[in-house]
Amino acid sequence: MPDALALIANAAGKLTREGLRATGRGATALPGLVALTVDPDFIGALSATLAHGVACVSGTNGKTTTARMLADITRTAGWDPIHNRSGSNLDRGVAAALLAETSWSAEPRGNFGLFEIDEASLPSAVGRLKPRVVVVTNLFRDQMDRYFELDALAKKIGDALAGLPADTTLVLNADDPLVSYLALRRDAKTIFFGVDDPDVGGVVPQAISDATRCPRCKSPLTYKRVVLAHVGDWSCSSCGLARPLRDVSATKVTLGPSGSEIVLAGTVGNVFEPVRVPIPGLYNAYNALAALAAARALDLGLAEAIRALASFRPAFGRLETIEHKGRTLRLVLVKNPAGFNAAIGALLETGRTPRLLAALSDRDADGRDVSWIWDADFEALAPSVEHAVITGLRGRDLALRFKYAGLARERLEVVDDWAAAIDRATALAPEGSEVVVLATYTAMQALRAVLARAGATVPFWED
Amino acid sequence: MDLRIAHLYPDLMNIYGDRGNVIALAQRAKWRGIGVEVRPYSVGEWADPEWPDVWFFGGGQDQGQDIVGADLAGRNGASLRKSVEGGAAIFSVCGGYQLLGHEYVPEVGPSIPGLGVLDVTTRAGKKRFVGNLLVDSPDGPLVGFENHSGRTYLGSSAKPLGTVIAGNGNNGEDKTEGAVQGKVIGCYLHGSCLPKNPWLADRLLGWAIARRHPDARLDPLDDTDELAARAQASEVARTRT
Repeated sequence: MPDALALIANAAGKLTREGLRATGRGATALPGLVALTVDPDFIGALSATLAHGVACVSGTNGKTTTARMLADITRTAGWDPIHNRSGSNLDRGVAAALLAETSWSAEPRGNFGLFEIDEASLPSAVGRLKPRVVVVTNLFRDQMDRYFELDALAKKIGDALAGLPADTTLVLNADDPLVSYLALRRDAKTIFFGVDDPDVGGVVPQAISDATRCPRCKSPLTYKRVVLAHVGDWSCSSCGLARPLRDVSATKVTLGPSGSEIVLAGTVGNVFEPVRVPIPGLYNAYNALAALAAARALDLGLAEAIRALASFRPAFGRLETIEHKGRTLRLVLVKNPAGFNAAIGALLETGRTPRLLAALSDRDADGRDVSWIWDADFEALAPSVEHAVITGLRGRDLALRFKYAGLARERLEVVDDWAAAIDRATALAPEGSEVVVLATYTAMQALRAVLARAGATVPFWED
Repeated sequence: MDLRIAHLYPDLMNIYGDRGNVIALAQRAKWRGIGVEVRPYSVGEWADPEWPDVWFFGGGQDQGQDIVGADLAGRNGASLRKSVEGGAAIFSVCGGYQLLGHEYVPEVGPSIPGLGVLDVTTRAGKKRFVGNLLVDSPDGPLVGFENHSGRTYLGSSAKPLGTVIAGNGNNGEDKTEGAVQGKVIGCYLHGSCLPKNPWLADRLLGWAIARRHPDARLDPLDDTDELAARAQASEVARTRT
């Protein structure tokens, strides 16, 4: 039973939540902030009462999708997850998710905490939440005005994970040297996932890389295969550090326009049909592997987990589609070079020539520094683009990026107003065709709000 | 006519999108019909001092900066110095800028020697300067995004690139930003800097081309998009920094 302070915090947070929802707002953060102001240990106190414990999902890219996959898996197993599913992933988002599922006497209406955690907040969050399982999907450069340098961030996360009790299981991406090195600093159970399909990835290291050096001895890494940036089949010829053995491994990944199929290796691979991942892109195959590895860490049955994945639906801006004026808008949230490259990889895998609506903003949630667009591989995208309508608070920077990537000026148009930009992008696409919307976080929010007002079927904020 | 660009330590000094500067130099040359070759120069490789017309040296993580500092203390550093004496230009940002100065003085421990082709010295500061940076200069305004904890102070041989209008610049004290000495430029402007500050890109291109083609002239380009991006970023720097 939570203590008196947590009860008051719960009540204050819930009042805020009721107020916001009465006025039609999403309430994904502010109620949490109120509760945390009253009781800084609110999330620790409440999550300690959950029978199946807590799992945290973190990393630069894929945490929202991975956490949602894991939510579906645990629900299929009969659990009742409390989940910050909107992707509001700072402490206040975790607190807000708990508030949405507690009674006024602070008793949770779920039995499992599933929290997506911002990677910069992970060190403090794991101390408070004492999770059973911590999943780290990958670590790429992201919003450096907020997180600063990747090496420093990896060290902080490593320090925090090293301080966790021995019964916490880590679920880590073996193909990411920075992530897999997190395990080597502590003596506890770790489940590694990775891709072992020789046809996935190439031999040439990509230009934009965050970790070309060994995380232990700082010598250059050698790659047999590079999947994306520094992710791949890596080893250090100097100190001998190498990609750890994969507990959940894909021996074959078949990519398609609306999803992919994964063949799992080893004993589990012999038992089950291929895993169907119903959203496209290699990076979503990785997310599925992370979710399956997490299910294993939680001692859940894999057959059920695979069935749950097959009916998965994507989250806000993660390749969801919206019908608008007879066109299909495919929403792709982009926020850093690795995520952008993975997203355009998924777009181009199937030989599309996309009509784009691209939006760049520089609010805190987008990252105030827009420099990252110059690290993203627009040069790979530009030759295929049919037409790009550009908008956002920093749309002029984005237009310049397309111009310098070689997109012909007549295929490029800047429209500052959100609604006008949507109208223009829609008008340029023939009826029945698709418009790919690439946008940063607050730009995507703004575009979705306009679409909702215009009568498009936009799923509610939290779903 | 051709242009040779050397990209210094692209594998280590490559964060904050600084490679956009190389893209800008290359494209602005190609759009004028000038052939371009870009060569990466990294740790342990022999940097041929005769080849490049212009060097680009970006910012990196602390780890990268240590490795690069050690490499520049050897013959690659001597080669870079010789190249500057031979008329090549350098554009450097953030960590690269600091390593072209005399030294970097950390809070504790021995100072890290730099190349000394810029008469500047950098000391570690406690508070990190993170935000939009707007600068004015007699040649035109410059805008970008700064993200550094080092404080850089100019000696008498280096001239500031401009005066800070919004943000912190070199050290947050004397309102200067960047340094120019001969054909060597250093600054704290990420963004990337050169795409939306086209006058500076063309200044560097002019210097670079002049090394082997002293009579060549750069044709003007249509910079409408570049100036629109600069205006939008400048407005953000003035109102939201």
